[in-house]
Amino acid sequence: MRPFTYERAIDPEAAVAAVSKAGAKFISGGTNLLDLMKLEIERPIHLVDISRLPLKDIKEEPDGGMRIGAQATNSDVAADIRVRTRYPVLSQALLAGASGQLRNKASVGGNLLQRTRCPYFYDTAASCNKRDPSSGCAAIGGINRGHAILGASDACIATHPSDMAVAMVVLDAEIELLDADRATRRIAIGDFHRLPGTTPHIETALKTGEMITGVVLPAPPEGRQFYRKVRDRASYAFALVSVAVVVATERGTITSARVAFGGVAHKPWRAKEAEAALTGGTATMATYWAAAEAAMAGATGRGHNDFKIELAKRTLCRTLAHAAQEN
Amino acid sequence: MATMTGQPINRIDGPLKVSGKATYAYEHWDVGEPLYGFIVGATIGKGRIVQIDTTGAERSPGVRMVMTYRNAPAQGPRDASIPSQYSRAYPMLSGPDIHHYGEPVALVVATTYEQARAAASLVEVEYAVLSGHFDFAKRLDKAYAPKAVNAGLATDSAVGNFDTAFKSADVKIDQVYTTPYQFSQPMEPHCCLAVPNGDDLTVYVSAQILAEAHTAIASTLKIDPLRIRLVTPYVGGGFGSKLGIHGETILAALAARALKEPVKIAMTRQQIFHLVSVRPATSQRVRLGAGRDGRLVALGHDVTMFTSPISEYAEQSATSARGLYAAPNRLTRHRLTALDLPRGEDVRAPGEAPGLHAFESAMDELAHALNMDPIELRILNEPKVHPEEGIPFSDRRLVECMREGARRFGWERRPAKPASVRDGRWLVGYGMAAAIRGQFQMTSKAKVRMGPDGIAVVQSDMTDIGTGTYTIVAQVAADALGVPLDRVRVELGRSDYPAGAGSGGSWGASNTCTSVHRACMALREKLRIGKIPAEGMEAEGEIAAMSEEPNYKNYSIFTYGAHFAEVGVDVDTAEIRLRRMLGVFAAGRILNAKTARSQLIGGMTWGVSSALLEDGTVDARTGAFVNRDLAEYLVPVHADIPEIDAILLDGFDGKANELGAKGLGELGNCGANAAVANAVFNATGVRVRDFPITLDKVLPALPREV
Repeated sequence: MRPFTYERAIDPEAAVAAVSKAGAKFISGGTNLLDLMKLEIERPIHLVDISRLPLKDIKEEPDGGMRIGAQATNSDVAADIRVRTRYPVLSQALLAGASGQLRNKASVGGNLLQRTRCPYFYDTAASCNKRDPSSGCAAIGGINRGHAILGASDACIATHPSDMAVAMVVLDAEIELLDADRATRRIAIGDFHRLPGTTPHIETALKTGEMITGVVLPAPPEGRQFYRKVRDRASYAFALVSVAVVVATERGTITSARVAFGGVAHKPWRAKEAEAALTGGTATMATYWAAAEAAMAGATGRGHNDFKIELAKRTLCRTLAHAAQEN
Repeated sequence: MATMTGQPINRIDGPLKVSGKATYAYEHWDVGEPLYGFIVGATIGKGRIVQIDTTGAERSPGVRMVMTYRNAPAQGPRDASIPSQYSRAYPMLSGPDIHHYGEPVALVVATTYEQARAAASLVEVEYAVLSGHFDFAKRLDKAYAPKAVNAGLATDSAVGNFDTAFKSADVKIDQVYTTPYQFSQPMEPHCCLAVPNGDDLTVYVSAQILAEAHTAIASTLKIDPLRIRLVTPYVGGGFGSKLGIHGETILAALAARALKEPVKIAMTRQQIFHLVSVRPATSQRVRLGAGRDGRLVALGHDVTMFTSPISEYAEQSATSARGLYAAPNRLTRHRLTALDLPRGEDVRAPGEAPGLHAFESAMDELAHALNMDPIELRILNEPKVHPEEGIPFSDRRLVECMREGARRFGWERRPAKPASVRDGRWLVGYGMAAAIRGQFQMTSKAKVRMGPDGIAVVQSDMTDIGTGTYTIVAQVAADALGVPLDRVRVELGRSDYPAGAGSGGSWGASNTCTSVHRACMALREKLRIGKIPAEGMEAEGEIAAMSEEPNYKNYSIFTYGAHFAEVGVDVDTAEIRLRRMLGVFAAGRILNAKTARSQLIGGMTWGVSSALLEDGTVDARTGAFVNRDLAEYLVPVHADIPEIDAILLDGFDGKANELGAKGLGELGNCGANAAVANAVFNATGVRVRDFPITLDKVLPALPREV
């Protein structure tokens, strides 16, 4: 770990001003950043602590949606009764992530920005285009059981580890940002995380010095919401594959469907092809399998992770069947 | 008054531990402000250092010293002729050659830990990389026979004519099972505080066996053992990985002596994967030949595992098969193939854990092939005497363990046909396996002295590695002296005390307590005939090594058990989850029912872990363990271990020692993995032989549900 200086921001404007210094970085729960600093994967020279900013509110919006402050903890959001009743997929996703202790520390904003768990990213002796641009990708041809099957590139096959963000993707969440000039903007979560392409070190659409201040959820979509996470052990493990669905049916016909996958790509993966295959179809296994095949049409394994393709299909079908049953 | 032994009393050191007053190696602040060391590891798997630049690190704030092979003091060489590898010298930074990934290439010592760690990244090393051998599967054909395997056991055994009998057997099982690299990862990392005092040295070491650590440190540093004092009142778990010392201890000692100040070093969790013990990966061929009635006619277990070329180590993985079942024709063999990986060392239940994983899975396969109940198959093949040595068992009770376990577990509800029982989206299956483990006796001494306050003080260099040693020693001493528990004080973990056997191989409890018992009985006798005041009276007790004890030659002295597991396998995703587990064990007399049960359910949890989760993965391009932290090297969390229980049969094995007690720490980890694996087969009809059984290995064989 390199030496660094630390300050606690008193308000959001002061925070964005403080982080404009070269080498400065925000810290919130620190559940990911501190580990990365110890290993010198992240080497900030100045930390701006934003965990105590007044950005913790979870409140209802006039349009029927909700706004979640970026500094609300994962635990608080998961336990919020309004979130649990109106956005159960989000609560389920949060509770499927990490451990109780980590969720108590981790913030919503930090969760969106957590970095991949690719072991080669964590190993500073290994080549990694994400950590060290143009150095290569040791995961290709290496141990890649946990890696991406969709949207990967020859530069990077890492996955995004968040559960929460997968649920937010099917909820069409927007991320609220504040920049050093005190200007605010909103960006759809689907546009926030990026695919690796040739620049896997650029993971989001955040501009230098921008801070996430909140996440805005539109009014809940019609239909039943479910999050299903498949993992090697019962808790405290990253998803091999996860699925978030929102599906509405009427007299046996699917009237609307939203599908996203976690653990399969460099970003939470919205499966529009699957949604198209579902919408207007009958709520039957045949339709679900057609949707699963459509979702995974472009999937490619890298050896150890080949099984994820079949696993993702099965997980989607079962989650859809479960949602239909509950309707 | 012989009433304390066996009672499920709480740990007498419990309040100290939960209040943070129990001092572990890294926590002895009374020595003054220490310096901190941080180890720099090699980032290649094999090769040589051609250039090492320490100037950046040396100039870094707070740095007091950077030690590399160029300035490290001369040390004693590792002497492979010393039978116990844990007594051998453990030289560090002794040359430019790199033998495995992560091997220490430098030590940075600074005023604070953070300074040392920051400076460590500034040490620039240039390597000449040599191509190493890192792929176990590709080196199986290079295997050789070692002279002996762990614990001095024979490499091979043969009875009758295995080949002929197997060939003509009515029913045959011939399968290959593989087990991965596994690690001991105790909660307390490997750490050391070395404090110089002139030419003397006090070493606060996290070690299981002080006498061996003492010898190893003295011979490495090439100083008189009398000048070195070891202090280890508490150890935060060992699991075999602290049977010997490692780099942190030697490097702390070298730096402390060079700088003439206390130096402490703790390994990071990531470093432990490369710098401490690894359980060798194995490939095991099990061949079982039986008549149609289920009687075994031929039993063969061939194990190949990796070894470090510079430090040979062979787990005794095929030795369980030598004593478990009767069969007239038998063959067991161990072979090693060299890989450029960290050296193999004992990891909890060395030999039995991977060996029984394979062998007891094969027994389950045989039961399935015969359409027999797995318990009935085992009972049918229960031997009357040791099947290879012909000597009687001191105390076996394996059949009783299986019967009692079956009754308590509800074994009669086991699905007779695999993949036939569903609970919602879960396929449900039952599995069982037998447990067997050798009882070891090593030389062990203890002393007891009457203090001025009327308290009997028991002393031994025995360690308490979290097992409850303080407590059971107090219980045994109280009974032997005929005094209440609060009239006994137990002092452990100092090299000044009489040398006990240490904690390892499950021998610590029975060995230490027998020597304590003898010391107390001797003191009692002195008190009975003594004319002088009791205060200051003392006596010693001692036991000899098993090689000196006729009983250990004339009887097969082992511990036994039976494991039962129920698992659920998700019909869609193949996720495997334990639903409940029971073990029934026979290990002679139990010294403390609570700490014994804790040891056993801990061991059973290791079994669940090796069956379903643990898998040290090597990048065959570099020789690095890729998943080297506890987020990626998976062990069970609480949610993975639901209802689990261990039952101890009330017993007394007078052939083992006069207390009738045998070791049981590792018994819980013997065969538990096979019980879980067999339950997965019963649930799914899918037999995975490449352990651990992860969902990706089951999924392709599970039909899609449409």
